Amino acid sequence: MAKSKKTLITPKRDLITRRSALKGIAAAGAAAAASTTAPGFVRYVQAQTSEPLKLGFQVHKTGIGAAYGRWYERVVNACVGEINANGGIAGRQVEIVSEDDGTDPKRGAEMIEKFATQHGVDIAFGTLFSHVVMGSAPRAGELKLPYYVVSEGYHVSSGALNRYTFQPGITDVRSQVSSMAPWVADKLGKKVTMIYPDYAFGHDHRDYFSEAMKKQGGEIVELIPIPPTETSYTKYFPKIPSSTEVLYHVMVGPGVLTFVKELGEHYGSNRPEIFGFIDSLEAVPIDSPGLEFLEGTYFWEGYPRYAQPDQTPYDKHYREVVGVNDEGASVNDPKDISTYSHMFGCWETLYIIKQAIEASGYKGPKDKAALIEATEAITDIPWDNQHPQGDKVFNGKMHQVFGHQNISQVANSKLDVVHRTSIEDGMYENDTDYSKMPL
Amino acid sequence: MDFGPYLFLAVLEGTVTAAVLALTALGLSLVFGVMRIVNVAHGEFFMLGAVLAWWFSSMVSGSPAIGFLVAIVMAPLVVGAIAVLCERTVLKRINYDPEATIVATIGILYIIQQLALTFYGADARPVQAPVNFRVVFPWFGYSGYKLVVIAASAVLLLATWFVLTRTRFGLIMRATQFDSETAQAFAIPVDRVYAVVFAIGAMLAATAAVLIVPIQQAHYLMGGDPLLLSFIVVIIGGLGSIFGTVVAAIIIGISDGVISVFFTPTLAKILATLLVALVLVLRPQGLFGKTPR
Repeated sequence: MAKSKKTLITPKRDLITRRSALKGIAAAGAAAAASTTAPGFVRYVQAQTSEPLKLGFQVHKTGIGAAYGRWYERVVNACVGEINANGGIAGRQVEIVSEDDGTDPKRGAEMIEKFATQHGVDIAFGTLFSHVVMGSAPRAGELKLPYYVVSEGYHVSSGALNRYTFQPGITDVRSQVSSMAPWVADKLGKKVTMIYPDYAFGHDHRDYFSEAMKKQGGEIVELIPIPPTETSYTKYFPKIPSSTEVLYHVMVGPGVLTFVKELGEHYGSNRPEIFGFIDSLEAVPIDSPGLEFLEGTYFWEGYPRYAQPDQTPYDKHYREVVGVNDEGASVNDPKDISTYSHMFGCWETLYIIKQAIEASGYKGPKDKAALIEATEAITDIPWDNQHPQGDKVFNGKMHQVFGHQNISQVANSKLDVVHRTSIEDGMYENDTDYSKMPL
Repeated sequence: MDFGPYLFLAVLEGTVTAAVLALTALGLSLVFGVMRIVNVAHGEFFMLGAVLAWWFSSMVSGSPAIGFLVAIVMAPLVVGAIAVLCERTVLKRINYDPEATIVATIGILYIIQQLALTFYGADARPVQAPVNFRVVFPWFGYSGYKLVVIAASAVLLLATWFVLTRTRFGLIMRATQFDSETAQAFAIPVDRVYAVVFAIGAMLAATAAVLIVPIQQAHYLMGGDPLLLSFIVVIIGGLGSIFGTVVAAIIIGISDGVISVFFTPTLAKILATLLVALVLVLRPQGLFGKTPR
């Protein structure tokens, strides 16, 4: 029995390794032979730079970020497919090496290590959850591995990270909330109660939205932090003061439906204005049972989930290539809702990487410094197929991109954009200057 | 909101937690009491119950109540079958050795969790409540379904108590718990009792999950919290003591509700853990546990 098992399994394995080994040897031999003996094949001399460009994709395949990770992966695959079909980056095909970080900061750092030492990637990118970025970025800096995150945390432009970490494809929380505040204060009300998760991401909201509201003459009447593991919210609602004009919510994780449902049970039809971040409902159908309560409330959207009447050809193209329909769901399964307001960041980041590599003449890891400088030199980003969310301005000192934001209202269980901010609305000043750090 | 209504709300919330926790912890306690093994995969049976509830209810079209009824019958049955499978293929093979079962059930935990991620996905999915009404108190509105959960849990707890103390099967289970060797000598098929008890333990967790899932969506990582809380409850109540488990669930559930409303949820967890430590030091057999002979 044992013997037959062995003969069933092992030869197959041997065949694969042997075959691939032989292939490798043959290819190397041919290249060597061509470059040394046949003058007609000199172009093989540059074989090293014609090798595929390896991008390490740090993805949340498991853990709390898995719903986002699934869509980040789809966007990355679609984008790389498009880039490769159009001749790759600087003439080189792109190869994605994806590793699951389990949405865990410790594992995130290990993955960076693995990318740099084991896979020998040129660039790492794609991390979303801010605690994983905070865990991984220092290691990327130590290993001098260019690291392009897609996280919307304020950690990049705050100056907390390093010269090798960029966020060129998605705006940060501070910019988002600062650009929202004038509209909220003007249209909804000036007395705001904030409900937010009690960790870094929520604290960014708390700090910068409060600051921006005060500038508008508004007032935060109550702050209600919620522990990230909470599963029931009813008990927090009595803390909302009755003077509240606007309830601001940003919740992440599997508890959000409960949150909305319980809020509905608490208030009934007599509610204050409600403004939320779509993060609460990414990957969740707006017409889910229990979400009827959200009808008429407002959301920040990074990139409108529902195709709008004034849809650009760029958005059409992006939806088509990624496989997302006009309702923001997968074309294969209308119940599979995308993380539309975040995942475009992967697409745009990949095109920024392409731009920076081509501008710097990057050939291999020895050209890292040139790649970093070329990324820092990017300024205006046009609105086109490569950047379907909108035009943007990249700040090379902060390593952070700035762009337009959208405010949408829930109407008939869909999201209609009612306001689009200007890039300037989300601009802010700080002392961060990564470009002065040594390379 | 005034103090009175606020406290009332906190107690209501705590009672819902307590009701579901009591069912879940009772499953863990039964398995420990009868089989003397610690089932670390208990939380995953809870999760499976919720995930299957979503699956069954989404297969049935029409009124959400019918979907829910199908789910509350079928989900625990399927989870029970899976539990029997685990028991027969894993736990029995390692002779219920206490240390080995802990490691084995940790393995089962990961297998079930990853299978759920693979086949069910990473989304939190809602199940519609069978009844949808809002109870309006003078001070705040409250979910009617949550009151249904409290009532349903109470009925199920009573039913379990009845089976254990008033039926022949309960007698067999208690005999096995009391002294499995003597039970065997009296021709009780201890081996089969183990399989059934393991299934019942898992089914109790699954039933609790089906009850909670209209409030709290099915998600593949949802098994962690119930497992931890069940351990806390079982340790405080006394391993193997059903009465103790229920009392401890009520203490933990309500104190969690009240403390997290008036102070912080973190403090509630700190106090619960502290209580476990105190119980372990001062009364290792638990509040209602009997000293092992």
